[in-house]
Amino acid sequence: MSSLSQRRSMALDALGKIGAVSLFLLRVLGQCIPALARPQLVLKQVYNAGARSLVIIMLSGLFVGMVLGLQGYDLLQRFGSESALGVAAALGLIKELGPVLTALLFAGRAGTSLCSEIGLMNATDQLAAMEMMAVDPVRHVVAPRFLGGFIAVPLLAAIFNCIGIYGAQLVGVTMMGIQPGTFWSQMQNSVELRDVNEGVIKSVVFGAACSLLAVYEGYHAEPTADGVGLATTRTVVTSAVLVLLLDYMLTAAFL
Amino acid sequence: MAEPRPSAPPRRTDADPTHAVDDAVVDVRDVYYAIGSHAIFKGLNVRMRRGAITAVMGPSGTGKTTLLRLIMGQIVAQSGLVNVFGEDVARLKRRELYRLRQRVGLLFQNGALLTDLSVFENVAFPVREHAQLPEPVLRELVLMKLQAVGLRGAADLMPAELSGGMARRVALARAIVMDPEVLIYDEPFVGLDPISMGVIVRLIQSLNRLLGITSIVVSHDVREISAIANYSYLLSEGQVVAEGSPAELNAEQKDVVRQFMSGSPDGPVPFHYPAPDYFEQLLERPGA
Repeated sequence: MSSLSQRRSMALDALGKIGAVSLFLLRVLGQCIPALARPQLVLKQVYNAGARSLVIIMLSGLFVGMVLGLQGYDLLQRFGSESALGVAAALGLIKELGPVLTALLFAGRAGTSLCSEIGLMNATDQLAAMEMMAVDPVRHVVAPRFLGGFIAVPLLAAIFNCIGIYGAQLVGVTMMGIQPGTFWSQMQNSVELRDVNEGVIKSVVFGAACSLLAVYEGYHAEPTADGVGLATTRTVVTSAVLVLLLDYMLTAAFL
Repeated sequence: MAEPRPSAPPRRTDADPTHAVDDAVVDVRDVYYAIGSHAIFKGLNVRMRRGAITAVMGPSGTGKTTLLRLIMGQIVAQSGLVNVFGEDVARLKRRELYRLRQRVGLLFQNGALLTDLSVFENVAFPVREHAQLPEPVLRELVLMKLQAVGLRGAADLMPAELSGGMARRVALARAIVMDPEVLIYDEPFVGLDPISMGVIVRLIQSLNRLLGITSIVVSHDVREISAIANYSYLLSEGQVVAEGSPAELNAEQKDVVRQFMSGSPDGPVPFHYPAPDYFEQLLERPGA
């Protein structure tokens, strides 16, 4: 009985959290247009969330592409289809690995930074000071950061995909000896616009989800060192689970 | 950060808003405010007159900062009336509340400077948000305010490069940059060296005298505040236990007032937090 009521209370808590995040999303969306009227604030956040994540994204993209090249070659040569390595790597990256891994890396690098920055601003009364100066902190602090992440993730995913395909080509063509013409032409013939669209839509959704969770957790973090630390951890964990859940749902929807 | 404001305050006694006396910029009447079961205010009555320096004093934990948050509309009392400029802050919508806050400056205890902006940009921040001033005019205005607090030379520094006293003065420049009608100081003397404290005391006094700003100073530094306040309130256990001019407060015979004004550890306000018997606790063996 107690376990039943425990589950009920957990379910209610989860529903309450979903409701709170949804309301917060509406509040942030309401402030996005005023925030866009000050493009320098948004551009600064695109730089912070996007440009500063470039190294980790490019390095990860390269190695993921190289691993795909090795594994793909090993698998395809068993069926004598190693010439299809380019297609396999490109589709895997564009539709799946690019958006998902970019979002996970973004949550770990930029999401934690967004969350702790806002959490510390809250702990040091900076958000309260804005409120007292009749400046809505959601408009000035939260919305630009949300938009920064929302814009940065699809761009980072595109870069991840390009570097990943280059990594696969490096292994397949340079190391394993696949004809470069075959590698690229098969990819060109088989990768369609809808595949690219699927990847773009996924990365847009993941970007919105990761950015929203980061700013939500930061804004609502308890104003203590411990509270900010816990909020940062929650950001990474929840973002990772949510990205994988959304990935499944979107993949199922696109099939 | 601001606590969520209930859309329709469920409480409210029927204190008559028209009763706001004309020279009272802030009028707090019969306010009851509790956090959970712990009552912070139990029928608080405070009035701050236009153009005066009003001090709110009291031992730590008596709700001095909570009173400021009520006045600024950051939190809403369970009952009673908080009138600022004749408006009941609990009934104001967010936009109206923001309009009211533009007429009030608040100096935070820790300065609360925006850490990613320079001193100049911190002071310019409210102006950039609320007024469309040409850059040269804005620059002049900010430099004038920084000059007033003696920090024109620190305009390019970042908040991390400032001492506590300097940060407090920059925050003061930011609080006055919009020429507010009311300036609220939350513990402006905490943690300051005697020189910085003297500077802040003089600044409060001169801003009040020269600009005609109504000043509300929350503090427990009796000596400093007595030197400049026109009227003082002493809070204890959720109520005003004494009020009047500094001289009247000094002459007050109530034990709690005497204890506070003289800084004595013995009196109605206990120094020790409630605890079990000291010796028994020392002799106790945990886990035995």
